[in-house]
Amino acid sequence: MNSISNIINWLISTEVLNMAMIALIYLTVFAVLGLFLVLLERKVAAWFQLRIGPNRVGYLGLFQTIADALKLVSKELTGTVKADKFLYNLAPYFVIVTSLMALAVFPFTKDLQAFDINIGIFFLIAISSIGVIGILLGGWSSNNKFALIGAMRSGVQTVSYELSVGLSLLTMVILTGSLQLSEIIEVQKSGWLIVQGHIPAIIAFMIYMIAGTAETNRAPFDMVEAESELGAGYHTEYSGMKFAYFFLAEFINMFIIAAIATTIFFGGWLSPFGITESLPWMGLFWFLAKTFVLVFLMMWFRWTFPRLRVDQLLTLEWKYLLPINLVNLVLMAVIVWLNLTIQI
Amino acid sequence: METAIKEPTTSKSNFKSEEYFINMGPQHPATHGVLRLLLTIDGEIIKKVEPDLGYIHRSIEKMCENNSYQQIVHLTDRLDYLSSHINNEAVCLCVENALELEVPERVKVIRTILGELTRIASHTLWWGVMGMDVGALTTYFYGFRDREMINDIFEETCGARLTMNYNVPGGLMQDIHPNFVKRVKEFIPHFRSKLPEYDRLLTGNIIFQKRTKGVGILSKEDAINFGASGPVARASGYSCDVRKYHPYSALDKITFTEALDTTGDSFARYKVRIAEMWESLAIIEQLIDNIPEGDFKVATNAVIKLPKGDFYQKVETARGEFGVYIISAGTKNPYRVKFRSPGLSNLSLLNHIAVGGKIGDLVATMATIDIVVPDIDR
Repeated sequence: MNSISNIINWLISTEVLNMAMIALIYLTVFAVLGLFLVLLERKVAAWFQLRIGPNRVGYLGLFQTIADALKLVSKELTGTVKADKFLYNLAPYFVIVTSLMALAVFPFTKDLQAFDINIGIFFLIAISSIGVIGILLGGWSSNNKFALIGAMRSGVQTVSYELSVGLSLLTMVILTGSLQLSEIIEVQKSGWLIVQGHIPAIIAFMIYMIAGTAETNRAPFDMVEAESELGAGYHTEYSGMKFAYFFLAEFINMFIIAAIATTIFFGGWLSPFGITESLPWMGLFWFLAKTFVLVFLMMWFRWTFPRLRVDQLLTLEWKYLLPINLVNLVLMAVIVWLNLTIQI
Repeated sequence: METAIKEPTTSKSNFKSEEYFINMGPQHPATHGVLRLLLTIDGEIIKKVEPDLGYIHRSIEKMCENNSYQQIVHLTDRLDYLSSHINNEAVCLCVENALELEVPERVKVIRTILGELTRIASHTLWWGVMGMDVGALTTYFYGFRDREMINDIFEETCGARLTMNYNVPGGLMQDIHPNFVKRVKEFIPHFRSKLPEYDRLLTGNIIFQKRTKGVGILSKEDAINFGASGPVARASGYSCDVRKYHPYSALDKITFTEALDTTGDSFARYKVRIAEMWESLAIIEQLIDNIPEGDFKVATNAVIKLPKGDFYQKVETARGEFGVYIISAGTKNPYRVKFRSPGLSNLSLLNHIAVGGKIGDLVATMATIDIVVPDIDR
């Protein structure tokens, strides 16, 4: 009885209330962020494609995606009769929940970090690989051949590129000596890691960006959806809000990939040369500014490159990125061992 | 639908793979309309492609039998809608030949200029869609930007942007718009500056080259055997340009080189079409400055009656050899009309060149064949 009352006491304590509040704020902020990332993508795409982009709903079309979201919420959820109902309904939540969970460990600025766990990078890699289960489930349970091909491609792709993401981050961990994200930022007070680690860090960054784009299933690695080949790929049979979860998760994942790169390679919330060190909350500005530059880079990829073929995708990973990555890891270890890093 | 072919592979591994059947289309982004492909796939590898036609059959050839010759011209717009002007021209030329009617030089030159503009418009659209099929979405808008200028020229002169109906037996519907020459002259330098942009965006891209080089190889013999024509056949080294071998309208006075390649893969077909755009520009440049003065039409009877007999005329559309075969019984309606569409024979070789490739290869190959479904399925 004592243990139960302990649990009840804990549940009604302010600690849990605080946690719930934080979770709620995170959910809201990042759902809205996801919506505006969609808008940003549409604007960037329009800019690349000699178009104007959304400009009707609200000032400069700012409320376009909010209107879209409202439409998706109000839509009827249609599904196939032959679908495996339980898995079919479960799949979108896997995808969206994991991508929102990953956001918990980011230090957005000095004090704005929900969980400062000592295995931050490990947590991020682990969480981002759970998302693919949702895609596999969605593709499998839809009972649609196009969806199944998309899901299988997704499995192949994510499993392969996870190695590169992990290894390129591991390369940087050798330099920092810590998996804790707040500590990684501390280390960067004497120079961003991409400067500290110079050549191997730049190689690691390039590999990370390629593999990261593949992890989010975005063009040129969008085999999973491959509009011209598979229609809509794994989410062919999803409609309404369930489709919106997949859609939103893609954009939040893109933000996460860019945010990891910002934290690991570009000093997170640290300002360049410490110019705004004394000002409060400027860290958030620098974090978002750096992240959105990288997000823009990923959008640039998407609207320029054609899609790879599925076997070429695997060739790129297993024959090029992975060996380069392994050599790079050793190179970084040697550089750290010989103390050849650049400290400002 | 569930007609999975159960055939365990002979591989020694413990995994048993099974071929399965999948419907691509009739509503599918890569089939450019209502073409249905029945695919037999082993994992990602294509084992068999069977095109299934009939989703947009409008029995145009039968309709022609109940229409006058002026009306038939209008129906041909609805075949290969991207080469509508050239299709119109084919029917008009056929009727004019049958009537032994000599059209004015002015008409011939204008028809040729518009024909080449149509070809460029068609190829720019193809280029955009080609990019989209291999996953580069931006190309579509670049292609449409340039196509838009041509469509504006058509709109001003013909009154329509897609189904132009500008040709009539005996000449043209009306004279060209006063702005026509000026606007075409504006378009030529514009497009000359934009074509290298096409190369920078797509042709030189390493991913694009990997996707198209060595994919969907068609040998010269097969191209001839399947009756391929147009850029598809020319990319395999089969020189078959109707404009060269059977020049019609003002094409006999023009010097141009036929775009040829010998590789026969998707990339060769791509390059041939890009080269054709340059050639079309050269043809227009040769003609635009000296459009002869004169009538835009010779008078014909209100009711055209063709003499008894068979008449055939072929032209080179953006997709290949388009033929019109009219059997006349001497009345105001044809007894029988047959259109030889380039798309049908080009599509028929899809199974031959796509088998063994991946699904992605099939899409890229189909894009380089440049199918227009209403042309295949009449």
